[in-house]
Amino acid sequence: MTLLNVDNLGKAYRIYGSEWQRIANWFYLPAKPREEHWVLKHISFSIQAGEAIGIVGQNGAGKSTLLKMITGTLQPTEGRVQVNGRIAAILELGMGFNPELTGRQNVYHSAGLMGFNAEQIEQAMAEIEAFAEIGEYFDEPVRTYSSGMQMRVAFSVATAFRPEILIVDEALSVGDAYFQHKSFDRIREFQKQGTTLLIVSHDRGAIQTLCNRAILLERGTVIKDGNPEEVMDFYNAIIAEKENAKVEVRQLDDGSVQTRSGTGEASIESVGLYNAEGLPIEFVSVGEPVSLRIVVRISSDIPELVIGYMIKDRLGQPVFGTNTHHLGCKLETLRAGEALEYRFGFPANLGVGSYSVAVALHTADSHISCNYEWCDLALVFNVVNVSKEAFVGLAWIPPTVECRR
Amino acid sequence: MFAMLRSLWDYRGFVVSSIRNEFVARFARSRLGGLWMIIHPLTQVAIYALILSNVLAAKLPGIENRYAYALYLMAGTLAWSLFAEIVGRCLTLFIDQGNLMKKMRFPRITLPVIVIGSSLLNNLLLFIAVLAVFALLGQAPSLEMFWLIPLTLAVVALAAGLGLILGVLNVFVRDIGQVVPIVLQIWFWFTPVVYPVGIIPEELRSIMDVNPMYPIVNAYHDILVYGKVPDLQQAGVTVLVAIGLTLLGLFMFRRAAPEMVDAL
Repeated sequence: MTLLNVDNLGKAYRIYGSEWQRIANWFYLPAKPREEHWVLKHISFSIQAGEAIGIVGQNGAGKSTLLKMITGTLQPTEGRVQVNGRIAAILELGMGFNPELTGRQNVYHSAGLMGFNAEQIEQAMAEIEAFAEIGEYFDEPVRTYSSGMQMRVAFSVATAFRPEILIVDEALSVGDAYFQHKSFDRIREFQKQGTTLLIVSHDRGAIQTLCNRAILLERGTVIKDGNPEEVMDFYNAIIAEKENAKVEVRQLDDGSVQTRSGTGEASIESVGLYNAEGLPIEFVSVGEPVSLRIVVRISSDIPELVIGYMIKDRLGQPVFGTNTHHLGCKLETLRAGEALEYRFGFPANLGVGSYSVAVALHTADSHISCNYEWCDLALVFNVVNVSKEAFVGLAWIPPTVECRR
Repeated sequence: MFAMLRSLWDYRGFVVSSIRNEFVARFARSRLGGLWMIIHPLTQVAIYALILSNVLAAKLPGIENRYAYALYLMAGTLAWSLFAEIVGRCLTLFIDQGNLMKKMRFPRITLPVIVIGSSLLNNLLLFIAVLAVFALLGQAPSLEMFWLIPLTLAVVALAAGLGLILGVLNVFVRDIGQVVPIVLQIWFWFTPVVYPVGIIPEELRSIMDVNPMYPIVNAYHDILVYGKVPDLQQAGVTVLVAIGLTLLGLFMFRRAAPEMVDAL
């Protein structure tokens, strides 16, 4: 079932020569705005029940404008948003709480603002009180609350009734760790029951663990819509892009998508994984010493070069990453035409599964300042367990065991 | 229009609880609580009465009560304070609630309705206090007082219509918020609340014809001070003006609503 349909949505802020022209416009008098400033244009997508969608984009890309139009606080200039069901947003928790009123009175007020009547609120009240877990404070004025307690009450009301669409802000840090777990459990529970999640975040981890689809906004348009890992790779590349660099996306043989970006002064020739005998391998056994060999070619003179790599699991979550800046092997004054081979040796203390390696060439300690080349999925390898006792997880941390009785 | 009323009905619980909360919160930590709402206007009446009664008492013909001037003042204040409160609060309503309007989705029309409701509640309390003072001063309540109900509605319509127009404009042109209190002050002195209409020179009396509050205040005087049925013809004109302003206000509110959040 289509829960949300966004059709050719656009938002423009109109600037008039004089505000009186705007007012004349309400009375159908001809008055042209001096300027139209489009923050979003031609946005179309639709969302099915039970999906979890991450909305990503740089600051100013139009994420919050889009969400405001979906929730209905902002009116679109063109296009339309069609919603089948109720939307709840955990964006501004504690909005409109009155410090002089008790928690209970504020719950009444907030739930009323969400459109529930006294009877419905009455029914949910006990559950809200129980979920917030603030004890007798529930009947004390909110001004005596700590900020964490206020968040607890606010979250409990906001999620007291299961919505069809739940919008979650990235800064979902609801109080202490215990309550964070509890609130995430509730969000997941909703999702199981068919609630669609819309998550706004910059956090790759959150997007990839919670979402099954991501939408990337850039300068007011959707530039990518698809699998979260692919979209996040593209997003990272855009951040790294900065000036005059190109972003190249290539479909690999196995169907996954590789993203390459950078200014191109230095480029990655080849990436390979080798065993102790110096033979290239694709399957690595747990704990086996391996060597990651990266060949780099310099195409124009550069003052400094740092190479970094990151091992990611099959969901794209970082497992381990470092670079030659941190390893104390930064190179300086490189000439055009030089070729370099790096060898990173390490034991493959990884759990069973498939891993990918991303490689980046840049200056200083991160790819933000100057990015020569960034390549996601530069190498894919599998870890198999042939010699070790059975275990689960991403890392191999062999324990010793002792038992006293 | 119909949808507006519909959503208002759906949110009735919210409107009622907002009015109650506002009331509770305002006096949450004060000893005298709701009494303050009555103390303010009554003090004002007392000040005027003390200073001006000797000058103006003689000009109020037809009343035997020696506190006639105080009665006259209270009747006028009852009408004017309701008018001024609604206009004044609607004026900054959307700016004050800007954050809420930007973040939450709810029928905007509830906001002015909450203002009207809580102003009416204040006015009711003031009315009860006025009745008590009247009783002390020897003025008995009369059946004509039921005329106050339609009159109050007329004041509400007039003030809400005007307030809505000004409140919407104020979002876009902030000077409105500065000008209106000054205009209200001048308007107050051009309405016979503090003084009897008789002291206005004959040639200036025509100003009263264009003041929609004049028939209202006059009617309050007729009812509360003189105990007679108000001049319905005069008040009728004001009612028409009030209905016109309310419709204009609602129209502008509807047209401006999409752009209002952009400008806040």
